[in-house]
Amino acid sequence: MEGAHDMGGVAWSGPVLPEPDEPVFHAEWERRAFAITLAMGMPGGWNIDMSRFARENRPPEEYLSKSYYEIWLAGLEQLMLERGLVTADEIEAGKPLHPAKPVARTLSSDGVAAMLHRGGPTQREVRSPALFAVGDRVRTKMIHPPTHTRLPRYVRGHVGVVELLHGVHVFPDSNALGQENPQWLYTVIFDGRELWGPDGDASVKTSVDAWESYLEPA
Amino acid sequence: MTGHDHDHHHHDHDHSELSETELRVRALETILTEKGYVDPAALDLLIETYETKVGPRNGARVVARAWSDPAFRARLLEDATPAIGELGYAGRQGEHIVAVENTPRLHNMVVCTLCSCYPWPVLGLPPVWYKSAPFRSKAVKDPRGVLADFGFAVPDSTEIRVWDSTAEIRYFVLPMRPAGTEGWSEQRLADLVTRDSMIGTGLPKQPHEVA
Repeated sequence: MEGAHDMGGVAWSGPVLPEPDEPVFHAEWERRAFAITLAMGMPGGWNIDMSRFARENRPPEEYLSKSYYEIWLAGLEQLMLERGLVTADEIEAGKPLHPAKPVARTLSSDGVAAMLHRGGPTQREVRSPALFAVGDRVRTKMIHPPTHTRLPRYVRGHVGVVELLHGVHVFPDSNALGQENPQWLYTVIFDGRELWGPDGDASVKTSVDAWESYLEPA
Repeated sequence: MTGHDHDHHHHDHDHSELSETELRVRALETILTEKGYVDPAALDLLIETYETKVGPRNGARVVARAWSDPAFRARLLEDATPAIGELGYAGRQGEHIVAVENTPRLHNMVVCTLCSCYPWPVLGLPPVWYKSAPFRSKAVKDPRGVLADFGFAVPDSTEIRVWDSTAEIRYFVLPMRPAGTEGWSEQRLADLVTRDSMIGTGLPKQPHEVA
């Protein structure tokens, strides 16, 4: 989708402002928002692309005015509301008003280390040969799906070169809708002038990781 | 997006001053706990893990090992996930890691323009600036400008390579070993390795800075 989250190359940003000795969290509520988001992944059953879409799929003015963990919180509420795990009147009231929905599993403190160690690998078995090889010239497709995608706007329609093959990975555009549809994944590298025109920095090369269906031969 | 004003009151909050967001998170945790979806002890452990165990010290140990052990360096650059696993670092947001090496002719920088993808097992959770609009928008178009924001430059003759983390591959930078560190132990070398040097927005410390 064409959201405010797709920030590569946009012109409205100021300087990057590093914070000396930055803490991991800036407030107690950030700690709790982070932890409940990670913990709810288990009973919630959503995948990472569903989480990303729930965060990015909101009006630009909201996305840009909320802090990072406020967006996490809004995304989490959205995912839980969609599944009936909590209801709008409960969030409004700040307390449970309805019985819990049965869930397959929850995260106990005994399970935390194993859950983090396991992570969520996205690599899948190879079932067909890769269409492209290292060194091939490819053009990214000009697509504008209304749903989740991981092909940033700034590379769409541009010609790059395949630099790495990463095997076959879950395809985020369909995974956000519940279908893994694994595909070959490539690192595709672009010259600065190809992406940004004559004002681009010729000494800069930028790559994205692109699934096979984002690409066509060039 | 930049973690601004709402975060600046945490040092003196009492219950009468809780912000709307603080109240909302507290209420949400209560709802989820009472419904049996989350276990507060698990929440505490998740927070403790990322505040005290998983952070850029892990990555610094990986870099120091690579600087000290050529065979490890080769394994790291060939297939970083199992190499990093040798030091016990693995898992969430680091399931598929690629290490990229800086040289006098090539400077690498890592960004996630679409959200905040970052190699958690070696660097911990990302800093606010990494998730901010200025970095996410500028890194892919004007990485030299980003380096200037961090107060340093690389020579014009050095190519800059920006890795936009658009998939579940997590990149991290193997910086160049500072001169004057011959014979240093891995532990001493690790003290030179900054978080930013492993993202590509900084350089390792010089020996005199850790004397």
